[in-house]
Order: sequence, then structure tokens, then C-alpha cells
Amino acid sequence: MAIPVTAPMVGKILKIEKKVGDQVEEDEVVVVMEAMKMEIPIVAPVSGTIKEIKVSPGQAVQAEDILAEIG
Amino acid sequence: MESAILAGLNGLILGFSNFGWGQAVMILIGSLLLYLGIGKGFEPLLLLPIGFGAILVNIPLAGLMDQGGVLRFFYDTGVLTEIFPILIFIGIGAMTDFQPLLENPKIILLGAAGQFGIFLTLLLALALGFDKLEAVAIGIIGACDGPTSIYVSSKYAPHLLGAVSVAAYSYMSLVPIIQPPIMRLLTTEGEKKIVMGIVKQPVSKTTKILFPVVVTVAASLVAPFGTPLIGMVMLGNLMKECGVVERLKQASENEITNIVTLLLGLSIGATMEAEKFLRVETIIVLVLGLIAIGLDTAVGVLLGKLMCFLTGGKINPLIGAAGISAFPMSARVVQVEGQKYNKKSYLLMHAMSANAGGQIGSIIAAAVMLSVLKGMGMG
Repeated sequence: MAIPVTAPMVGKILKIEKKVGDQVEEDEVVVVMEAMKMEIPIVAPVSGTIKEIKVSPGQAVQAEDILAEIG
Repeated sequence: MESAILAGLNGLILGFSNFGWGQAVMILIGSLLLYLGIGKGFEPLLLLPIGFGAILVNIPLAGLMDQGGVLRFFYDTGVLTEIFPILIFIGIGAMTDFQPLLENPKIILLGAAGQFGIFLTLLLALALGFDKLEAVAIGIIGACDGPTSIYVSSKYAPHLLGAVSVAAYSYMSLVPIIQPPIMRLLTTEGEKKIVMGIVKQPVSKTTKILFPVVVTVAASLVAPFGTPLIGMVMLGNLMKECGVVERLKQASENEITNIVTLLLGLSIGATMEAEKFLRVETIIVLVLGLIAIGLDTAVGVLLGKLMCFLTGGKINPLIGAAGISAFPMSARVVQVEGQKYNKKSYLLMHAMSANAGGQIGSIIAAAVMLSVLKGMGMG
């Protein structure tokens, strides 16, 4: 089952650090978002493989939006 | 003829012959403030005019603070009358978003805790022999809010205005250095790692419009002599939230705030004449101000720990540190600290709620203090 990486708050996507197929370790940065003029690294909740990236840089996101999925 | 020429030339060296070591030191201090603003990016909008004002006022014989002098005019019309800080409050209201607080109202308690430093420092200043009104002006540095500090000290202890303002603005910039050690010291490893859930409570436009009006009436009834502060911040906020007076909102946050910031900064710098500023008192004020901010942070974190305990571990006590008015620096500090201990911890929005609470808290604390002093016949 895919585990989602969700946005913890409203903001904007700055950078995508991983691509589909990449291996990630738990706590490794997947996406960097900007909220309140601050860069917030969003980390992988579990170790696994990136199945899907659902956002692109510059995109506005709401809290709880799914940013990526880890399989 | 020759003697007239000599006398004229003599006029050119008068500046040098009247130049004392005190003025030289103050020009260096003014230059240091310029360096902090320009080179280090610490509150440049204020430190630059304050620093330059301090340099100008220490030029011998220039008389900028004498009766009729240009800085004296700004100071008398804007600072002594309290008009400048009041105008800045309108701009602050127009720039402040209270949404994080409305989304999470119980967090406002942390904004109240963040004001304890004011009162504890006030007591400390009294113990050190400052008179009551001076102690109030010093304690208010603990509000961590520049305009509030300026407003209160210009009202009660204008002779300390330079020291209080320099302390307030410098320490606000130093929040990322002052707060983390206190936060680390007062929390356990387990508490530092607490992940707080996402707050996603919609706030209606009606609530946002009613909020400034209700706060103004309620807070002003409790602390009527603080109404100029609360009222102006909330007026600015109402203009922001209602969406129908965009021009007034823009003018408040841009033109008015910019002009007043420049004149206010210069006026504060102008209070820093060598004989008034180079005193042991100034150093004590700076030290007490630092203690005030440390105490705010400590009490905020301790209340955070209590809330953590009462909620069965749902609140990360680190967000208590953001219950001060230094917005949004303090909330950012909390986010950075929290993520150091747990990469999956995103405390920013929770800390923003506490921080917005701290902004209101500092103004209300000042308002309460003004009213209490008035009640005691000292206002």
C-alpha cells in the first residue's frame, strides 16, 4: 500500500528533491516547501520507493494535500 | 579686517574644539547601529535612522536637538505626543494576519504567558532602584515589541527612550540566538519530539471582521487607557480584513508606516546624546531587557509544558517560546528547533498561532499596565 507524503501546512512547493523510482530512507527530504517565507523540508514518513510525485515547483498546496507517494 | 577673517576661520574649528570623547563614543555607537542594520540586516528600517540620528545629535554645536532644531521638532511633535508609535500601530494592524490564532484559539494562552517577562523584569528593575515609571519602561522591553516599548517609555520615562528602543529592536533581531538555549534547557527529549496534528479549521470572513471590533471593545473596557494601542492595531486589522478599503490599508502599511518609521527612528536616535546615553543606567537597561526576553521565553515554554501535560502530550512545549511579539521570527525559531529533534515535526503554524497571540498579548499587557498605573495615579 502506498504511504502518502502530505503537506503539513498551506504553502508553495519550492523544490522536489526525489524522482519517481528513487529509494528514500525514513526522514529523508522528499520535497521542500515554502510557508510564511520560510523553507520547510518535508521528509519521508517511511523508507521505500517513490511511486508518484503529485506536485511541481511553484505549485500552491493546502494542508494535508498529498505531495508524493511512497511504496 | 584681518581679525574678522580670523574669527570666521575660527568658526570652522569650533566643531573640533568642542568635540569630546563622549560624542566620539556615541558616533561610534551610531556607526555600530548602522553596521548592524546595513551589514547584518538587523531591523535595518529602524536601526539605520536610529544610528544616523545618534550620529547627528552628537555633532557639537549643530544643535539638532536644541529648541527649534529639526530633530527636536520631530521628537516633540511625534514622540512626546505619542503620535508616531500610534500611527505605526495602524500599519502593524494592517499587516498582521490573526488567522493562525483564530484557527487555534486556545493557543492564545501562550501569548499571555509570553508577557510574564514584562512583569518580572519590572520587579527586578524596582529592586535595582529604578523608580516606578522607569521600571515600567524597562519591563516593557519584555513585550518584545518595538512600537509598544517606544509608546510606553515615551509616556513614562522619555529619558530612557534611546536605551529601551535600542534594546527592544536589537533583541527582537536576536531572538534566534536568545531563545533556543532556553527552549532546549527547559524541555525533555520526549517533549521536543512531539508531533502536533494539522490545524485545518476554516475561519469565516465574518469572524475575521468581527475579531478586531470585539477585541477592541472587550480589551478597552478592561484596560481603557490602553485603547490608543489596541484600537489602532485593530483599526488597521479591520481595514485589512474587510477588503473594501484597500487604499487605506495600502496607505497604512506602506506610506504612513514608512514615513513614520523614518521620523520615529531619527527621533529615537536624537535622544542618544552622549551625556544622556553614556551612563551605567543604559547598560543596566540593556541587560534587564535581555533578561526580560529570556524570562518571556522561559515562562512561555513552562506554560507549554503544562498544556502538554493537560492535553496528554498533544502540545509540543517548544511552541510556548513563540508566545512573544517578535513575529514571525519567534515562530520560525520554533519550527527550526522542533525539526532538529524530530524531522517529522512541523510546528510552524502552531507557533504562528502562539506568535499572533503574543502580538495581541504584548499590546494588552501594555494596556493593562497603563490602566493600572493610571488607577494608581501615576499615569
